[in-house]
Amino acid sequence: MKKFDKERVLLAVAGPVIALAVAFVLSAVVLLASGKNPVEPFALMFEQAGFSDIQVLIINQASMYYIAALAVAIGFRMNLFNIGVDGQYQLGAMMAAIVGAHMNLPAVLQIPLLLLTAVFTGAFWAGVAGVLKVTRGVSEVVATIMLNAIATSVIGYMWLPTVFGVKVGNNNTTGEMYESGWIPGIDMGAAGEIYGLVILAVLLGIGYWIVLNRTRFGFDLRASGASESAAAASGVDPKRMVLTAMLLSGAVAGLAGLPILLGDAHTYNLSFPTGIGFLGIGIALLGRNSPVGIAFAALLWAWLDKASPELDFHGYDKEIAVIMQGLIVLSVVVSYEAVREWGLRRQQRRVGAELAAGHVLGGPDADNNTTKEVAGR
Amino acid sequence: MTAVELAGITKRFPGVVANHDIHLTVRKGTVHALVGENGAGKSTLMKILYGMQKPDEGTIAVGGETVSFSSPADAIALGIGMVHQHFMLADNLTVLENVVLGSEKLHGIGAKARRRIKELSERYGLGVRPDVLVEELGVAARQRVEILKVLYRGATTLILDEPTAVLVPQEVDALFDNLRELKAEGLSVIFISHKLGEVLSVADDITVIRRGTTVGTAVPAETTARQLAEMMVGSELPTPETAESTVTDRPVITVDKLRLTAAGGKVLLDDITFTIHEGEVLGIAGVEGNGQTELVDALIGLKSADSGVIRLADREITAWPTRRRREQGIGYIPEDRHRHGLLLEAPLWENRILGHVTERPNAKGVWLDPKAAQEDTRRIVEEYDVRTPGIDVTAASLSGGNQQKLIVGREMTHKPRFLIAAHPTRGVDVGAQAAIWDHIREARREGLAVLLISADLDELIGLSDTLRVIYDGKLVADADPATITPEALGTAMTGAASGHLEQEDNPETSADGSQSPESEEDEAR
Repeated sequence: MKKFDKERVLLAVAGPVIALAVAFVLSAVVLLASGKNPVEPFALMFEQAGFSDIQVLIINQASMYYIAALAVAIGFRMNLFNIGVDGQYQLGAMMAAIVGAHMNLPAVLQIPLLLLTAVFTGAFWAGVAGVLKVTRGVSEVVATIMLNAIATSVIGYMWLPTVFGVKVGNNNTTGEMYESGWIPGIDMGAAGEIYGLVILAVLLGIGYWIVLNRTRFGFDLRASGASESAAAASGVDPKRMVLTAMLLSGAVAGLAGLPILLGDAHTYNLSFPTGIGFLGIGIALLGRNSPVGIAFAALLWAWLDKASPELDFHGYDKEIAVIMQGLIVLSVVVSYEAVREWGLRRQQRRVGAELAAGHVLGGPDADNNTTKEVAGR
Repeated sequence: MTAVELAGITKRFPGVVANHDIHLTVRKGTVHALVGENGAGKSTLMKILYGMQKPDEGTIAVGGETVSFSSPADAIALGIGMVHQHFMLADNLTVLENVVLGSEKLHGIGAKARRRIKELSERYGLGVRPDVLVEELGVAARQRVEILKVLYRGATTLILDEPTAVLVPQEVDALFDNLRELKAEGLSVIFISHKLGEVLSVADDITVIRRGTTVGTAVPAETTARQLAEMMVGSELPTPETAESTVTDRPVITVDKLRLTAAGGKVLLDDITFTIHEGEVLGIAGVEGNGQTELVDALIGLKSADSGVIRLADREITAWPTRRRREQGIGYIPEDRHRHGLLLEAPLWENRILGHVTERPNAKGVWLDPKAAQEDTRRIVEEYDVRTPGIDVTAASLSGGNQQKLIVGREMTHKPRFLIAAHPTRGVDVGAQAAIWDHIREARREGLAVLLISADLDELIGLSDTLRVIYDGKLVADADPATITPEALGTAMTGAASGHLEQEDNPETSADGSQSPESEEDEAR
């Protein structure tokens, strides 16, 4: 059966490769249309990927993209669209920053406390959407979008000096965190430091794979995503599964901002990165919800982000990277669906051909087929 | 005079029976029956004739001229019309609106169209009223609207795809009267069916199709149902084994006064009471949509009853969730395997886990055991003769019969005490059908209790130890499968008869008298 395994790998790779190729070509067309050299910007960006300081930046950025995309992927695997990762990770990071600025425990307690704060904050925020969906039938898409807006307001409120805010010049912050909550980076010499929590991202990826593919719960979750009706008939409680998946997705989302918070920023301020949750959606799509695929996609996104500023020095607009990200998402959606259908048809054809050629698992069966009967009388 | 002629039609498809060298000649002014088992290739052939698919080889001739269709529009233009098995009507529009929809150019949408509809309706005795909402019509009336729709578009050759599947016997007779009117007016009808009695009574010519190719033609006057069946199946039919009664007095599932209402207050199930014992098959007869689906949902736990009690052996399970019911020995062969029985894009071994994820060999504790599940899938594939090149292919790439055998194997592996079998052989080829029946019979011998729901009255009568008739959410009648005829059962299915159905002496149907005369003491009425 190795043949079908190889085929699956081929199908898994074909989608992203086609999508990326199309996106590159279309980006080149955009460049051409604006009267620029269609190749040089890519050459410049590839060159950037070779510098070790850029590499560190890419890895650090990718770790946050990765966690956010995993959170989105958990939802995707059961047909839930958690658009609220953006609000969930920002609130999670802010709450962790506030706790970190007001509690001062030894590091062995402080760091788990901060991680749990972020996990529970994210889970709670996503859980609101989950409860609304389960009890009132509110679409999680609408609810999480609204919750993003509310999260922005909550953050603005928390920043008030009368609440938890600390003004530093013109910047709103939540105050400096105690050092026991700082996570040391991995020193790369002159290139900089890789965030310590990059390891957390890797662990989450491994955990994601194990839970989904090796546990009963993961099977139920995937079954719900593949066919809600079949999952219900198999004994999955659909409401409970929706709520659990939302909580899990939110819990992971809550962690997405922590690599930079605990590794570098040590406070939640106006320059804290935003929009990672939305980027995570595109990354999860490109990575086909697979932990390895998402890792590649996150690195690709981070590369486009971190290599593009160089373009400004060569007379190109760095926004070409954003255009490219958009084009990738568009072509991903189209090419995956096309590859999926092509794969299904191809497999049906091959199964038909193998059966016609007599390659049946279980050997001779011609004999037990000759007895035919009509029911009953 | 030939209306339609198909010659040498071949159509290749992945993994399913397609058409191979088909020959079919339909004379003008006749009803031509096309018979064959489910999956023999009838529908594919008609899709080719209706322009929905292109043949790989062969020719189509209409009125003597060779034609080529690239879409149904081409077929319609040449006077070929199709009445689909599943009606394509908009419920919230009137009959008139449904008929003119898409053909507004023919006679407009107003008085002229209404006149034309009335004229057609009278000419062919269809009794269609143009201004009624379709949602107010019954199944038979909707079918007549479909026929009228086709006639309105100028069809001279009508294809009727299993038109009687949704009708009760009395409605079938009325339909046949309509068909006779049509042919008297010089129209041709292609009538697709696998019900031989009907074919013999209405057709002028019969073409038999088996495994994708035409195996012969027959004239009703010179043939019998048995000969036709043998042509369809391709071998002499064995006489069914004399099934001994295996019914015991140990109740497995007891349902008492079950009641279920829809959100709007409509009663879906009312006062459902029955008991199934170890080794007993209880068959539920009824026209589809009379509460069978809801009954199954209530038993498997997908819908919770408003009132009433369900007991498995001596434990009350009314409040149990689906998973607990399945773990405790309720097996489930769903009515719609694609929606409820399979994950189509998942490999076979994952489908083997579906529904039994908490049970061995699929899981150890909270962990899945893919190796053991794969091993067991291989065993099921062999024992249940699932034709597949491997267990890593997706369920979608198997034919319907093989998908169903996988489901049956999966459910039987977990040794259920009570099996819900909803249309277990629907859309399944003959070989698989016999195998599935055998598995059910064998499990019954070992003490399995079965609730059998089927639209195939022969299957119901042949497999069941006890028969109940469901009508409008109530069990209105019961019957002894040893003596009942499909006709009498059909009458009860329309709600026209109730209570215990007694059959007046009929030597032909009592031949199979060894079927257990079922004890009636636990029956509610």
